[in-house]
Amino acid sequence: MDFPVSPYDFNLKNMMPLTILYVGRDADITVVMNRLLNAREEWTGICVCSDEEAISVCKEQHLDLVLLGNGINHGDEQKLRTILSALRPGLKIVQHYGGGSGLLYGEIMSALREEG
Amino acid sequence: MSQFILHPANTRGHANHGWLNAHHSFSFANYYNPERMHFGVLRVLNDDSIDGGMGFGAHPHDNMEIITIPLAGAIAHKDSMGNSAVIKSGEIQVMSAGTGVSHSEFNANADEQLNLLQIWLFPNKKNVTPRYDQQALNVEARHNNFQQILSPDAADEGVWIHQDAWFALGKFDQGFETDYKIKKAGNGVYAFVISGEVIINGQKLGKRDAIGVWDTDTLNFRADSEGAEVLLMDVPMELN
Repeated sequence: MDFPVSPYDFNLKNMMPLTILYVGRDADITVVMNRLLNAREEWTGICVCSDEEAISVCKEQHLDLVLLGNGINHGDEQKLRTILSALRPGLKIVQHYGGGSGLLYGEIMSALREEG
Repeated sequence: MSQFILHPANTRGHANHGWLNAHHSFSFANYYNPERMHFGVLRVLNDDSIDGGMGFGAHPHDNMEIITIPLAGAIAHKDSMGNSAVIKSGEIQVMSAGTGVSHSEFNANADEQLNLLQIWLFPNKKNVTPRYDQQALNVEARHNNFQQILSPDAADEGVWIHQDAWFALGKFDQGFETDYKIKKAGNGVYAFVISGEVIINGQKLGKRDAIGVWDTDTLNFRADSEGAEVLLMDVPMELN
């Protein structure tokens, strides 16, 4: 599926570099999230559909933030939060709502503000 | 003790993309204001004007209850569930994005401006099966009356959503006064003035101004101009 560039895509500058992991079950949404997160120079987005991939990424590299997307059931979410937090204590893990760009910037900014 | 917050129209976020002129009551897209993140479960209230024939191509959503109310003109909607529809002024559309849905929204008319309110509420449960509905509303039933247009109950008046929220629209004669009783303990009301002037709990509001009221069970309302139109969003104040 081809998603056109939205007028809500980001064009902001002057932000510190962030590496953000997105985990969601819907492949099409994951493609969009990958585009959105990597559209900004300051952000590196890594987007995966499975918990195994998410855990592998978390083991291998530094992450600033994890966004939990659609379709992750409650049990899987709790397990994933536990494992990721154990791998990287203090790692901020937040729910991403909406599946697109509308809330993304606000969610990331709010998560970082709370962290700070 | 009743509490309230005022959101004057000119304090909303604004983005003019040429074909799209958008006002955001809460942080959205590039507009980020940590003081304007949500009112209870009400997360998005966008007031969008879209040029003829223009719109949003296919894009995804998940885990959000999305309500669209055209104020002028008509929207052409298509989604990944197979729905293809036109929603006109006087109608309401609802979509539970749940596990994920993709849709497009365009101004259905080439030579007429579309003005719509798009409202997003956090759902009371995640990962529901996506669903779509639209309904024609009896516009006359909102004369001097808060006409219910949305509720949590499929059998109740208006469309329904996965949240303990109730929406009502009203159009009032100047001087008309009434009390609105909040539907559920713990809910607050976000009142958005579509047109005209009103007084809510003693606060005078003009076109596109809003007031959020909570820790109370009623709202006092008076129309201060002829034909004043208001949208009430009665929503849980606690995030699920």
